Amino acid sequence: MSDDVIDAETLDPDFKFEIAKQAGGENMKLCFQCGTCSGTCPVRAINDKYNPRRIIRMALLGMRKEVLCSDFIWLCSTCYACHERCPQNVRIPELMMAIRNIAIREGNIHPVYTSYVTTLDGHGRLLEVGEFENEKRIKLGLPGIKEEAARVRKLFDHTKIREKAAGKQADEKACKTEGS
Amino acid sequence: MKEYALFLGCTVPVRGLHYEVSARKTAEKLGIRLVELPEFSCCGFPLEGADHLTSFAMAAMSLSAAEKKGLEIVTLCSACTATLTKANKKLKEDKALREEVNKVLRDVGSEFKGTTRVKHYARLLAEDIGYEAIKAAVTNPLSGLKIASHYGCHYLKPSEIYEGFDSPERPVTLDKLVEAVGAAPVDYEDKLLCCGGGILGIDELSSLKMTQLKLQHIKDSGADAMTFICPFCAVMYDINQKAAETKVGGKFNLPGIYFPQLLGIAMGFSPQDMALNLNRVKVNLKFGEAKS
Repeated sequence: MSDDVIDAETLDPDFKFEIAKQAGGENMKLCFQCGTCSGTCPVRAINDKYNPRRIIRMALLGMRKEVLCSDFIWLCSTCYACHERCPQNVRIPELMMAIRNIAIREGNIHPVYTSYVTTLDGHGRLLEVGEFENEKRIKLGLPGIKEEAARVRKLFDHTKIREKAAGKQADEKACKTEGS
Repeated sequence: MKEYALFLGCTVPVRGLHYEVSARKTAEKLGIRLVELPEFSCCGFPLEGADHLTSFAMAAMSLSAAEKKGLEIVTLCSACTATLTKANKKLKEDKALREEVNKVLRDVGSEFKGTTRVKHYARLLAEDIGYEAIKAAVTNPLSGLKIASHYGCHYLKPSEIYEGFDSPERPVTLDKLVEAVGAAPVDYEDKLLCCGGGILGIDELSSLKMTQLKLQHIKDSGADAMTFICPFCAVMYDINQKAAETKVGGKFNLPGIYFPQLLGIAMGFSPQDMALNLNRVKVNLKFGEAKS
């Protein structure tokens, strides 16, 4: 991220439309930069790497690569505190997830998301329920759980999330070389 | 006895067994029958930031499983609650998304129709059972105990999906439930603060700083314990309390108790029945005389 000078030549004026087309990003252009989100954000309060107002401004300006290939887009905790106070209904947590959806297709995927996809693919759930877990459950009088990964796998086959998560979909990936 | 489909999600059945045990036992005693559906797996929450369609398809798969049985869904995890409630609302309103999701669901022989409802167990207690009925079911009031409620985020927000059952800025339902079991609700600074669990895997230190801040505020309030209703909040405040102390600072020794555990003890279950031995921070509290 260039902090001092923004080179207008490198801006992508279509970026805001690209985000608006992505589910969750529809309302970004309504943002009038009041900063209520950043003032409310509990992550912003303890980590100045994350600043929702600034990220939205960068996106509106067309700083496509700087936003999509950054590491700050993963820091929203999706607490929705900003959403409740945003006067323009920008739906900031969902906007951040929309940006992540695009970033992943551009080759920037956080390892946590890679592990989500792999684990859900393998077990149908985020935490494995094997013999050990079921023994503990049964000891407490709880019913055993059978993993149902096959159904989840079929959904994954259809939506091609594995390929997206592996960055195999975009022809020209903005974050290919410097993806964090 | 009203019947509901119990949606456990991923975290509760592995890391929140005490939550599950206490919720099932208290529900049964209050006349609620909870059944499992084999189609239930992950709600889709983790994937909204990776691939929107997959996330909604996963939520819709579980919703349609409940629809087929003609059951409403009860949840224990707040993230599952928001994900399923939001998907249920959005898929009913947005025809294009519904058609797209149903195309995916055809591969698993499901279809989203929009005929079920989703409720968090705490909301069910507050709305459907009601505070008076809970008071009437209490045989061992937790009098003398000062309890700080942590509402967490997705139990209340985004508020437009929740039909105004509680306020996202000044929530009361959990405090009223605490009151109904005979304990004293305690207010504290920055009560709405998120547990930080959402970024634990992204930035552990930032996440623990958020956790630690609330532990400090609650400790300052003089509460004997905190109560929560989400397994991920429990991961942060109870399981990771030691990590928050070591990596950020402070010494709290603050028990974190799932609300149904408190409810169960107030209804006469023993601490063992409510699996209080599974809470990571030792619960050394006087619960009156538990008679089971």
